[in-house]
Amino acid sequence: MKGGSELKTSPSARAMQYVFAYVFMLVAIYPIVLMIASSFKTNMEIFSNPLSLPQSFSLDTYKKLWEAVPFGDFLLNSVIVSVTSVVLIAVFSAMAAFYVSRFSYRWTGLLYFYFLVGLMIPIKLGIVPLFLLMKNLELLNTLWSLILIYTASGIPISVFILTGFFRTLPVELEEAARIDGCNHFQVFWRVLLPLIRPALGTVVIINFISAWNDFFFPLIFIQEEALKTIPVGMMVLFGEYETDWSLLFAGLTLSALPMIGVFLMASRQFMEGLTAGAVK
Amino acid sequence: MIEEVEKIGTSGRSTIKPKGRLRWLVHLFPLPALVIYTLFVVYPIFSAFTYSLYEWNGIKRGIFIGLQNFLTLFQVEPFNTMFWNAFGHNVIYFIVEMIVQNGIAFALAFFIYRKIRGSGFLKIAYFMPRLLSVIVVGFLWKLILNPNYGALNTFLAKVGLESWAKPWLGDPDTALLAIILVNCWFGIGFAMLIFLAGLQSIPEELIEAARLDGAKGLHMLVKIILPLCMPAITIMTIFTFIQAFEAFELVYAMQGSMGEPFRSTDTLAVYFYRLAFSSTGGSGDVAIGLGSALAVVLFAIVASVSAISLYLMRKREVQH
Repeated sequence: MKGGSELKTSPSARAMQYVFAYVFMLVAIYPIVLMIASSFKTNMEIFSNPLSLPQSFSLDTYKKLWEAVPFGDFLLNSVIVSVTSVVLIAVFSAMAAFYVSRFSYRWTGLLYFYFLVGLMIPIKLGIVPLFLLMKNLELLNTLWSLILIYTASGIPISVFILTGFFRTLPVELEEAARIDGCNHFQVFWRVLLPLIRPALGTVVIINFISAWNDFFFPLIFIQEEALKTIPVGMMVLFGEYETDWSLLFAGLTLSALPMIGVFLMASRQFMEGLTAGAVK
Repeated sequence: MIEEVEKIGTSGRSTIKPKGRLRWLVHLFPLPALVIYTLFVVYPIFSAFTYSLYEWNGIKRGIFIGLQNFLTLFQVEPFNTMFWNAFGHNVIYFIVEMIVQNGIAFALAFFIYRKIRGSGFLKIAYFMPRLLSVIVVGFLWKLILNPNYGALNTFLAKVGLESWAKPWLGDPDTALLAIILVNCWFGIGFAMLIFLAGLQSIPEELIEAARLDGAKGLHMLVKIILPLCMPAITIMTIFTFIQAFEAFELVYAMQGSMGEPFRSTDTLAVYFYRLAFSSTGGSGDVAIGLGSALAVVLFAIVASVSAISLYLMRKREVQH
């Protein structure tokens, strides 16, 4: 018996709770179901009967979508940008967290605080200087502009989560490894990284979702069509095919599916990961 | 077990003294993170502060003009009207999200905490919208809310509420509310998980003790459970505030950078975008000085209000 079941409620109140919870479940997923179902319909079906299920499943719209916009490019760009920045965040943040949690120089406390300040900085407000900085570094219209900004803005929360986790690990393990002749780098790479895997999972999930779904930075940094990521690619689609709803729904579905697919495979890790940073 | 590990980790010699000729190499560990974070987060924010004190011609920096940009922002038409118009919308954004999003989310979290059947599946369903890109959310709902062919008006007609059908996003009276409710749809799953974590962290003995003392029903919820959930409520309030005052993407996706119709959905961040990146901000050209001044104001609002509310709520928690 855990917590909640200790409380008593009348059967009618209980019934109301069920109705509310399940009605809201429909509100939450029906629009997504509608989006997927509509992508298999013809425009005619969507306009005359928006709520019904498709009468026949056809992939024609998807074929058309593939020809209308370079969706393959968008997908590849999204994958390159998200994966690269998540890997960089994980490795760099783990290294920094290792340093601030394991070594006690005069400045390690201050360094940790300096990283934590980033938790409170809404980086989008620095977009004008960032734009000029990227321009001067000749990084505008490159995927590197996105990789660098996602990596930079992901570092504070990641250092915070990983440092917290490092501090729960007994230092004896590392000492044993060091006695066996490992240097600091080997200790970090062979002993500690495998141990912090759960926290790294959280870091990967948080940063992957925000990099994958972001559209603010590519909107400003990327003008070239072939370098756009999926979210800004959708803007191209909506700009050019405003009235072809079947195509629009197919585009939205293709944009959403990769993330929903990954989520359904690891929903518990996703939900725990995203709330981990918020509640101690 | 966990306690033991923590004790070892936090007390005694939990740190290492590097030895040997190559000990300076350990300082390389924080270096990549430090450099990237400083260059692409800290430096731009500081620059935005300094930019706000200069005159700008396009993207060319002119002379130092002190607080002139701030004065213009607050005293010169149309900038001041646009500021307060957008500010008001941010406030409404926050209030509606607190009531609708966080209210529903808390109720759902409470039902799941009370062991409703199918809670594992319900959690996944509630959380699903959070996985979509905000731009996808905005575009999807734009299609659903379309006055002629959208699913919502069709649905209303089907259930005999034809008179309720509206051009939701085209009417200045409903456009802002429609966007905020879409934002609630997007955010409820996350808020629900935060509240659920808060509820589940309440020690069972406390609930049991209150029950033995005769607390039940609404009294139990309001007097016992809500105060004990304060940390989760605090953090969610701050999240909601920050999110409401940085609202940009959904408005941009659904109503464009002008906050259509008739600026009825304009927010400070959308206004900021107009000033800094387009010539539609009111001055006829990109206005980097004004934009940066607005960024500083937004930053000050978000940082100070979240600091104050964190402080006040922590104090209230202690009193309970």
